[in-house]
Amino acid sequence: MSNVLVFAEHINKAFSKNALVAVGAGREIAGKSGGECYVAVLGSGIEGLANEIAEHGAKTVFAVEHAALENYTADAHAQAIANLAEEKGCDIVVSAASSIGKDVMPRVAIRLGAAMASDITGYNDDGTIERPTYAGNAVATVSLETAKKVITVRATAFEPAAKDGTAAVEKTDAKIDEGALKMKFVAFNETKSDRPPLTEASVVVSGGRGLKSGENFTEVLEPLVDAMGAAMGASRAAVDAGFVPNDLQIGQTGKVVAPELYIAVGISGAIQHLAGMKDSKVIVAINKDEEAPIFQVSDYGLVADLFKAVPEMKEAVEKLK
Amino acid sequence: MKILVAAKRVPDPNATIKVRPDGTGIVTDNLKYVVNPFCEIAIEEALRIKEKQGGAEVILVSLGDQVSQEQLRTGLAMGADRAILVLAEGDTEPVIVARALAKLVEQEQPELVLMGKQSIDDDSNVVGQMLAEMLGWGQATFASEVKLADDKSSAVVTREVDGGLEDIEVQMPAIITADLRLNEPRYASLPGIMKARKKELKEVPLADLGIDTSAQVKTIKIAPPPEREAGKRVETVEELVNLLHTEAKVI
Ligand SMILES: Cc1cc2nc3c(=O)[nH]c(=O)nc-3n(C[C@H](O)[C@H](O)[C@H](O)COP(=O)(O)OP(=O)(O)OC[C@H]3O[C@@H](n4cnc5c(N)ncnc54)[C@H](O)[C@@H]3O)c2cc1C
Ligand SMILES: Nc1ncnc2c1ncn2[C@@H]1O[C@H](COP(=O)(O)O)[C@@H](O)[C@H]1O
Repeated sequence: MSNVLVFAEHINKAFSKNALVAVGAGREIAGKSGGECYVAVLGSGIEGLANEIAEHGAKTVFAVEHAALENYTADAHAQAIANLAEEKGCDIVVSAASSIGKDVMPRVAIRLGAAMASDITGYNDDGTIERPTYAGNAVATVSLETAKKVITVRATAFEPAAKDGTAAVEKTDAKIDEGALKMKFVAFNETKSDRPPLTEASVVVSGGRGLKSGENFTEVLEPLVDAMGAAMGASRAAVDAGFVPNDLQIGQTGKVVAPELYIAVGISGAIQHLAGMKDSKVIVAINKDEEAPIFQVSDYGLVADLFKAVPEMKEAVEKLK
Repeated sequence: MKILVAAKRVPDPNATIKVRPDGTGIVTDNLKYVVNPFCEIAIEEALRIKEKQGGAEVILVSLGDQVSQEQLRTGLAMGADRAILVLAEGDTEPVIVARALAKLVEQEQPELVLMGKQSIDDDSNVVGQMLAEMLGWGQATFASEVKLADDKSSAVVTREVDGGLEDIEVQMPAIITADLRLNEPRYASLPGIMKARKKELKEVPLADLGIDTSAQVKTIKIAPPPEREAGKRVETVEELVNLLHTEAKVI
């Protein structure tokens, strides 16, 4: 029997789907390990946030306050999370495999002397864990051999926690040795967008090198994206070429998405790109090269020049409404 | 200034990876190996810092079997000064890599450790962060720009994070892990390759480091991922949109 502590991250005092998925996974894992699920929200002035996530069912939500937690930094957060897990007797610590979760949880594992599995896609009844490796070309089943365990979960592989409970909220001061802190937050340059977040959208339209310029993303692809109420994604080639910002990159080393509908436009389908989208429910590819590997994973493939097909598709989608 | 760079030998990212039918690993026959692309970027960054400062020592470290020499030689040919190969059989789990690196940091006393954000074989993305915690250092993961302060007491690093770019300031010594857009690694030149042959490449058996090497993570099996079948080709946009509406029911 092991109790689970979920680190529920927020950005500027707002939860994303990542936090709810982490709680969902935490509840599932606690169920399988026969323990309770606790949730930690870290920051300063975060009681409101703690109340918000308490509606998603856990035993207790800890509102962990400290001035050093005001802005996210890995060293301060690692201290606070590990100390709380020890104090509350939680042997399994869980977060999303987001950029924050990936950054902080390995430090938590070292502080706790815990074995770690990152970016997991399944937690089996016997406590073994599944995680993709080799850009999704293989799935490893592993077991963590220590009493304490640290896990980050892939957001597309677990259900977000339903709004079906009221956890007790307990305010607590974080234990942090401030003398040991070596990191300082400077600035966050947010990519502003009115579209749904990439990892939460039910439709994702992605563009690749085939778009040829940032201008074409704006003028050719975005009208379709918006007509579909979709989020926009991109291949690494498009990001590297500066067509679109880095946080749109989908793939092995970017974001992993699994929407109802994924439309790949001018993307060849390299294994590193597939690693980030091949669990989508329906995949569509538009590419002028009929040999492009993307067609091998697509439910519907259209061999066409995107500069002709994409505007046509926008018209057709609008007509449906 | 001394810079330690961790570089791993991994299968070529363009190679087709197949899982062995007995579930013990991947098929390695005829597989080409390279320096992990993120580590290559870390090496490049170290060389640029060295060139900018007009003096620094760049030391490469790898943990692996004898053949990892090849990847260390590649790094030396790019311009690194010397290399250390920690000899270990088979796959070594991240926490043991981090412990070995911590030991070498203790011995070498670098002011900066550069590494990749992730190995493209195990896709763990943990070693840098683990090492930072073991050493009690700050870290800047997923770096896309590194600005060292003139007195080298700190660095401001731009990080690729969910939702945009974040700047943090980290005190030195520090761990920095490279993201894809930090730089474009150089190719080794022919004179570089010649010179690399004469550079020091020291081998240290893992057992000699005096660290705990017992496994914390046991791999039970490796399986191929679920297959995805190719679907149908459509001839026109109209047909596509109709099928998405009536058959797939996603719009
Ligand atoms: C370590 C590492 C990590 C990586 N991580 C990622 C990752 O996370 N995500 C990622 O996406 N990639 C990643 N990559 C890169 C990946 O290997 C590919 O290089 C990249 O995905 C290619 O992007 P692309 O499909 O846009 O470009 P290309 O491969 O150049 O394909 C462009 C496609 O557009 C088509 N096209 C061109 N013009 C038109 C037109 N007018 N109409 C229709 N179609 C057209 C072409 O037929 C072609 O198929 C990584 C690589 C490495 C080495
Ligand atoms: N066997 C190894 N030898 C040298 N460096 C390694 C090794 N394994 C991991 N690393 C370093 O740690 C980084 C992150 O690896 P990982 O946590 O395994 O994804 C890599 O990019 C390397 O810089």
